[in-house]
Amino acid sequence: MASVYGNDFGARAETSSDEPQSFLDLLAGEGRVEPRDEMPDAYRRTLVRQIAQHAHSEIIGMQPEGNWISRAPSLRRKAILMAKVQDEAGHGLYLYAAAETLGVDRADLLDQLHDGRQKYSSIFNYPTLTWADVGAIGWLVDGAAIVNQVPLCRCSYGPYARAMVRVCKEESFHQRQGFEILHTLSHGTPAQRAMAQDAVDRYWWPSLMMFGPPDDDSPNSAQSMAWGIKRFSNDDLRQRFVDMTVPQAEALGLTLPDPEIRWNEERGHYDFGEVDFTELFEVIKGHGPCNAQRMSHRVRAHEDGAWAREAASAYAQKQAQKQAEKQLVRTEGAA
Amino acid sequence: MREWPLWEVFVRSRRGLSHVHVGSLHAPDAEMALRNARDLYTRRQEGVSLWVVPAAEIVASTPDQGAAFFDPADDKVYRHPTFYDVPEGVEHL
Amino acid sequence: MTTPPSSSSPPLRSSAEQLGRDPGRPGAGLTAYVLGLADDALVSAQRMGWWISRAPQLEEDVALANIGLDQLGQARTLLAYAGEIEGDGRSEDDLAYLRDEREFRNVWLVERAQTDFGVAMARLLVFSAWQRELYGALASSTDATLAGVAGKAVKEVAYHLDHASHWVVRLGDGTEESHARMQAALDAEWPFVPELFEPVDAALVAEGVAVDPVALRPAVLARIEAVVAEATLAVPQVAPAVGGGRRGLHTEEMGYLLAEMQHLARSHPGATW
Repeated sequence: MASVYGNDFGARAETSSDEPQSFLDLLAGEGRVEPRDEMPDAYRRTLVRQIAQHAHSEIIGMQPEGNWISRAPSLRRKAILMAKVQDEAGHGLYLYAAAETLGVDRADLLDQLHDGRQKYSSIFNYPTLTWADVGAIGWLVDGAAIVNQVPLCRCSYGPYARAMVRVCKEESFHQRQGFEILHTLSHGTPAQRAMAQDAVDRYWWPSLMMFGPPDDDSPNSAQSMAWGIKRFSNDDLRQRFVDMTVPQAEALGLTLPDPEIRWNEERGHYDFGEVDFTELFEVIKGHGPCNAQRMSHRVRAHEDGAWAREAASAYAQKQAQKQAEKQLVRTEGAA
Repeated sequence: MREWPLWEVFVRSRRGLSHVHVGSLHAPDAEMALRNARDLYTRRQEGVSLWVVPAAEIVASTPDQGAAFFDPADDKVYRHPTFYDVPEGVEHL
Repeated sequence: MTTPPSSSSPPLRSSAEQLGRDPGRPGAGLTAYVLGLADDALVSAQRMGWWISRAPQLEEDVALANIGLDQLGQARTLLAYAGEIEGDGRSEDDLAYLRDEREFRNVWLVERAQTDFGVAMARLLVFSAWQRELYGALASSTDATLAGVAGKAVKEVAYHLDHASHWVVRLGDGTEESHARMQAALDAEWPFVPELFEPVDAALVAEGVAVDPVALRPAVLARIEAVVAEATLAVPQVAPAVGGGRRGLHTEEMGYLLAEMQHLARSHPGATW
């Protein structure tokens, strides 16, 4: 009966291709699936892939903004940015931990990131060229992420939902600080204002692409929705983001680079132009401006740190051995 | 060892409350686990006390034990105070 | 300071002019002392920020960010105070972003690039052991502001010292490779230890405002050497570096650090962020 909170890799519940009744009952009752419950293999695989990709996105996402820690234009901004990039490492950790409850090992997931078998969000393959990009990432990219992630707080898989609750709480600080950066710039000097507009021009369309391909073109969505992993369709979420963001852009006094944006009284939503996904697919294939750079940064950090990780393991082993020897001496002494 | 062992983290959010499971992390040993937990799980004043437990040391019930473990409690509502009727006006009971 | 008077003209104050400016005016000694502590913390935080996304493990990214944030917080409070006692209306950002190399007063220990985790931990061990003793003593300074800053900071640097100590022990007493690398890292940082103990303004010490660094030496070294011994490492026997940070004399790396840190703020004079 040596079982562990969600992490007993050796002795996980039996899985099969068909969906066990207990699993279907849980979904039907809006219950949460927990690590040791029976679940279909495909459900487990889908979750591992999605949570891992999400975790990878958090840690790769540290780079574009981390770029600006050394150059932040005031000490207050520097502190905020350090805290924000740190949060992203934290989010990565929460998510890797959630993935591990499904019987995978973080080291394996990192290997799959490093050799390209698993992906991260393509948005982070765009460069942060100016300080205003830090604002645009906070406002638009984190804003889109929040719209995507809030429904995940009710995801059918318990550990993922709990991780997302924690992440979402912290993300709202991220979005607000981004908005504040852009607000300050758009009310600053002409050069600052231009910088802010340029960043929004470059980050608007990639942010819309973060919601994924259109619904007719998204083969896995229906299954994910049936499993309670996904709650809303890509297009619904994209619309929600546009509706939320257009008034905020007005408050900033900045223009969104889409002449087709206008309020549609009949639909009760903003209309907007068609997203050109050809670029997104090119970026996903690895032809984005920063794909190679992001990966080599990540792999280098991992490889450069190997000796330190190994040293800590070796030290722990030595200490455990010493402890065991001491125990042995004590036991023998008592006998 | 490819990866440091996994530790489960429990935080007491304030005095008077129990430690509650908040998540997990990797660390080479207990001392580092405690420090990593401090940095990761209490950086927004979330806690006043921490426990870390090697994930491999936790003994858990399994879902198939669920019926035998927990269902027998279902029909013993008399364990709950609300089961009992008390005449109106009787206080401190 | 014996820098010759500068011939350069406004609007940019030359560094030499800055350093020589009214050395006798009231508070100049205290301003310089506070700036020294502030710049140590600021430059250290600047280097620490580099590690976020580059640490050996994700948990360590988070830990090093916490340490950098503590240091940056100390720097901001101290810079604001330096600006206040200087009395020229300079803010924390004016002092951080608009001074040149020769006006910075941090020690050499903190300013050089560190891209090896062992070096980072060796440096943090030395720096935090020193700060631990310094702030511990400064908490009873007769200057109420400094005493307040130190009283808060001493708890932060105690944690930094704890973190660095744990890593130095693990790297020193880990694998054969890590032992060698940790010893090399310690050897590389050791020449920069003596500068921490260079005397400061004697009048400030006499008034009980400043802490005499010379007096901190035994306790700081005892702290470090205990960790070095537990880590099965040897205390390096190396000659001290020349130093001079407190007088505005820096390594060449300092200019690059400032160029990166300051360029955006300086590109938009008068802008707010």
